[in-house]
Amino acid sequence: MIRIGVVVFPGSNCEYDAAAAVSAMGGEADFIWHSETSITGFDGVILPGGFAHGDYLRPGALARFSPVMEAVAAFANEGGPVLGICNGFQVLTEAGLLPGALQKNAGLTFVCEPTTLIVASTRSVLTRAATKGQELVIPINHFSGAYTCDDETLRSLEANDQIALRYKNNPNGSRGDIAGVSNIAGNVVGLMPHPERAMTTLLGSADGRVLLEGFLHSSVAAH
Amino acid sequence: MNFPVIVTVTLRPGIADPEGATIERALPALGFTGVTHVRAGKSFAMQIDAPDEVSALEKATALAERLLSNPVIEDASARIAVSPGAST
Repeated sequence: MIRIGVVVFPGSNCEYDAAAAVSAMGGEADFIWHSETSITGFDGVILPGGFAHGDYLRPGALARFSPVMEAVAAFANEGGPVLGICNGFQVLTEAGLLPGALQKNAGLTFVCEPTTLIVASTRSVLTRAATKGQELVIPINHFSGAYTCDDETLRSLEANDQIALRYKNNPNGSRGDIAGVSNIAGNVVGLMPHPERAMTTLLGSADGRVLLEGFLHSSVAAH
Repeated sequence: MNFPVIVTVTLRPGIADPEGATIERALPALGFTGVTHVRAGKSFAMQIDAPDEVSALEKATALAERLLSNPVIEDASARIAVSPGAST
């Protein structure tokens, strides 16, 4: 069975949702406490949403120095699939595993609503099972979700096909309507929307399933 | 010797600052006219044990770049705080 590690920082609060989503797709999820220094035995790693270390200083700023992050970086450098959702995305950018930064939303409002995403690339481990141009309804739930980067980074993101998902109607002022990006290799990916909360039509949308399916499938392929 | 140091972190020029813009828009209603280019930021005060001011500021700059700021979107600067009783 595909085994996914879900990293838990003090202040994470979406780890059970992430684990439930993995289970729903037929995988097995185990929690990894942030003080762990090894993450062997996992086929993929998820950094879930929440407020790691209280979001003090900046979202993700303190979490990137948690002991587990060195192991996550090593896992990523070996090609292991790593997914950061919301706060997990912020942690990955602070750690330098993904380019850019997440800033306070334009309008300074906390946004919690379903958004329509457009699959911009199917190169990433998250979007590989989806179709380019496909529209997905996935909820967002954040205050610091405005994707920000300089002109040069934006050009290289586009040149290297690293923009995985864009918002159809930009809800937070993200540059280039960017909702999710990957590293150049495509095995590390982060997004502000919550695919793990869109796993069943009973709760509004099942469009997260195609994303989680791609991620779990990558895990098999990677090992 | 302990040096009182202030580190200031601000958004880099060109990075959108919704907080600063909101503050700027609120000022005329309060009667403060002619105030422009408002930028929001953070300030950190600390005591740094170092042999002299230069090395205290070097240490402050290093920790500001490593932790207190995100170089992707923010600039950091350090200065010795002027306070009564501080060694010069």
